[in-house]
Amino acid sequence: MTYPQILCLIVAIPFMGAGLILLAGKYHNLRDTLSLLVAMVLCGTVYQLIEPLRQGNSTQVTLLEVTPSLSLGLSVEPLGLLFALVASFLWIVTGLYAIGYMRGHHEKNQTRFFACFAIAIGGAMGVSFSSNLFTLFAFYELLTLCTFPLVTHHGTDEAKKAGRIYLGILLATSVGLQLFAIIWTWNLAGTLDFRPDGILAGTASDRVLSILIVLFVFGVGKAAVMPFHRWLPAAMVAPTPVSALLHAVAVVKVGVFTILKVAIYIFGLDTLAQLGSTPWLRWVVAATIILGSLVAFTKDNLKARLAYSTISQLSYIVLAALLANEFAIIGGGMHIAMHAFGKITLFFAAGSVLVASHKTNISDMKGLGRRMPLTFAAFFVGSLSIIGVPPAGGAWSKWFLGLGTLEAGEQGLLAVLMVSSLLSLVYLLEVPIRAFFSPPESDQEGTGIQEAPWPCLLAMGISSGMTVGLFLFPDFLYEMMTMVFST
Amino acid sequence: MMNHLPVLQVIIPLLAAPLCVIVRNGQIAGVIAVASSWVSLWMAWKIFQLVQVAGTISYNLGGWMAPIGIEYRIDTLAAFVLILVTLVGAVVTPYAITSVKKEIDESKEALFYAAFLLCLSGLLGIVVTGDIFNVFVFLEISSLSAYALIALGKDRRALIAAYQYLIMGSVGATFIVIGIGMLYVMTGSLNMADLAILLPQLPSNRIIPVAFAFLTIGVCLKLALFPLHVWLPNAYAYAPSAVTAFIASTATKVAIYMLLRICFTIFGPDFSFVKMQLGAILLPLSVIAIFSMSLVAIFQTNVKRMLAYSSLAQIGYIVLGISLFTNTGLTAGILHLFNHAVIKGSLFMALGCVMYRLNSVDLESMRGLGRKMPLTMGAFLVGGFSLIGVPFTAGFISKWYLIQGALEKGLWPVALLVLMTSLMAVVYIWRVVESVYFSEFNGSDADEITEAPLGLLLPTWVLAILCLYFGVNGTFTALAASSAAANLMGAGS
Repeated sequence: MTYPQILCLIVAIPFMGAGLILLAGKYHNLRDTLSLLVAMVLCGTVYQLIEPLRQGNSTQVTLLEVTPSLSLGLSVEPLGLLFALVASFLWIVTGLYAIGYMRGHHEKNQTRFFACFAIAIGGAMGVSFSSNLFTLFAFYELLTLCTFPLVTHHGTDEAKKAGRIYLGILLATSVGLQLFAIIWTWNLAGTLDFRPDGILAGTASDRVLSILIVLFVFGVGKAAVMPFHRWLPAAMVAPTPVSALLHAVAVVKVGVFTILKVAIYIFGLDTLAQLGSTPWLRWVVAATIILGSLVAFTKDNLKARLAYSTISQLSYIVLAALLANEFAIIGGGMHIAMHAFGKITLFFAAGSVLVASHKTNISDMKGLGRRMPLTFAAFFVGSLSIIGVPPAGGAWSKWFLGLGTLEAGEQGLLAVLMVSSLLSLVYLLEVPIRAFFSPPESDQEGTGIQEAPWPCLLAMGISSGMTVGLFLFPDFLYEMMTMVFST
Repeated sequence: MMNHLPVLQVIIPLLAAPLCVIVRNGQIAGVIAVASSWVSLWMAWKIFQLVQVAGTISYNLGGWMAPIGIEYRIDTLAAFVLILVTLVGAVVTPYAITSVKKEIDESKEALFYAAFLLCLSGLLGIVVTGDIFNVFVFLEISSLSAYALIALGKDRRALIAAYQYLIMGSVGATFIVIGIGMLYVMTGSLNMADLAILLPQLPSNRIIPVAFAFLTIGVCLKLALFPLHVWLPNAYAYAPSAVTAFIASTATKVAIYMLLRICFTIFGPDFSFVKMQLGAILLPLSVIAIFSMSLVAIFQTNVKRMLAYSSLAQIGYIVLGISLFTNTGLTAGILHLFNHAVIKGSLFMALGCVMYRLNSVDLESMRGLGRKMPLTMGAFLVGGFSLIGVPFTAGFISKWYLIQGALEKGLWPVALLVLMTSLMAVVYIWRVVESVYFSEFNGSDADEITEAPLGLLLPTWVLAILCLYFGVNGTFTALAASSAAANLMGAGS
């Protein structure tokens, strides 16, 4: 198969998978097997793209011309490939986990769930390989729409209300600010293609471009920069696999990925670093980092705490884009992967606790670690990665991010990163500490709480193993990220 | 025969109409209507191809040379609008066969088709003719038949709505004919091309601006620009389903076509937009229309009325594009004229399917309909997304051009407003989606409600698929619109 064909296939596979899942809807085992198989095929196909990219082969496919000035096109570049690899690999793991969770928790409408899930991954693939902003925007919106049924999966009034917040904020920011910025970009540059040095340099005054970057940062609502972050905690009403893969990996990472892409390939790092609004925008994002961590403290509901932790961590990557130097971008790109593996482990663990013990609040989890040691051990490893200490992968991305702040001459921001890490140390480690060292509450006796179903444990094992693995062998990620600057 | 296409385009539906009355049989009349509307579509396509190759076509009626005789004159814009009108006609007539049986007395069926064909031929006549008095004649043919069609609605309020439309429409028509009279007095000509040459030669006087004012205000009444829109919501809400779908997608669009003809072809862009500053009047009015009508639409409980208010907002978008007075703006206006017709056609036809089964289009009675009528509501969803302007639907492309046009002029608040009002469209469409897909059906006759018959579904989906097609492959429409716009802008220079 030729290179462009593989590229088209990658975007098509999840959609075909969704079709197969719908067809096999009545046969639960077949459906779940298919879902896993499609995920594996996808990941394998994405893997095929690494070697050609290393050899410097780049390709571009135009799928269709919508109007003479707008086209739907795909291309491969290192950052997108990295993101696609992470998302497609974690789809396999989540697929495994979801089987255990959805059955263990007796969820309804499982067929719709798995189909929408596949479409969402298709959207993420489309975003990561899009060759221009229009394509990216189209898949971005697809992702918003197809995750709505997943958020409102339970169909309760609470879920519907959350769904409205979810859709409202994501659509309002993307149509009101992002689309506006995209059209403005076209108006200035006459193209929307992603180019290595950006397309906006020298097209407009500093003031116009300053406004434009603000529009992009807030318009990409999926990056959850405050004050447009409310949708993410709202989305936590969804079943845990959705929170894990979509609201810790696919959807939110599409957001920060978009901002990285815009910073590198639309503005160009040199242009971005010199804009008048960049320095204070960095501090707005830094505020989200600190505030997100502080709010996470106050949440007793485990998933809500993780959601605010995600908000804080996403802004690390947005900050990386705004620091606009090589170290920061390397750190930001690596953090996409590191945070993905770490956070998904935490969500898996939270879901396992829910399935096994029906507990959602941290204060109720005292002593649970003795009954579910594997789950809480995985949670511990995941926490280390989010905090950014060895032996977990998060240490590397934070290292490069820190270098990036110094390179940009922003020592204050380095302090922000450190403070936030300390905060996350406290609010995350509280959970395993309570579980292992607090005496169990009396009502646990005789309830027969046991470890989660084995697919859940296996999934957690893989993802937490990967976080440690990425600490030991970060070279691949580093190599991919340096390729961003060599091509 | 190919030479006579311009006149046949009008004559065939015009002659088919009395034929329907003569046969008196609803079924046969329906077949006649379908046949003649399809032939019309075919002819419009042929004319479009001809115009692409040979440029503007001129046809002298009865062999009398213009400006003495009546000239039919078809340029890119006219050919494009012809396609639109005949396309909607060709889709709505087969739809009407099933829908009319349920909504209109059997004895009146043949008359319905006659009125429908008259309306079609009137609209086509306005588009093809190059003679301004002829425009008035065809305008009256189409309007009078439209009043009759609306009055056929089952709801008794349809009569009042039709009467209201009759009064307002007649005021508009009178304004137009006064304007035409003044032009004739000053120049002695009624031929548009001739007028375009004669008018600039006249010494500066007050009558020409007054004539211009009469004509534009009359036309704005017909196209329902805020604040001359009050006749429209009731007319759309209470007319029979097929009539709403047809009139909503064609009548106001042809009125906008008239506005373009008057401003650009007859008076010339320099007079209309530089001397008379028409843009400065149309821009604020259209902005108010877009915002206020979208807002009103959000609070409607009758979905047909909601879409009627949405139409008023969408007309605002079209006029906004025209008022920008740039190539891009005009392209956006013409493009949205076409796209909105297709979108609203599909939405009103989907509602017609609902009406057919439920006898109501209230938000409350449509609860849980997504499971009962999945195909109908699917088409509604497609149309709704297109109305919002989701990528890969027709609405996205026209909004893209419109915002480009606004930004080119440096009017970024207007560009922002267009996006904000798109979000308002999200709200009113989402109210329907939530009621239809995320609520339980609460009617008593739950078992009787099934999918609409194929005769309704098929035409509805034709338009719904076109909504998608023109969103995925917008090259045809975008090129046609931009060449029409370039034609108009160049007309005065």
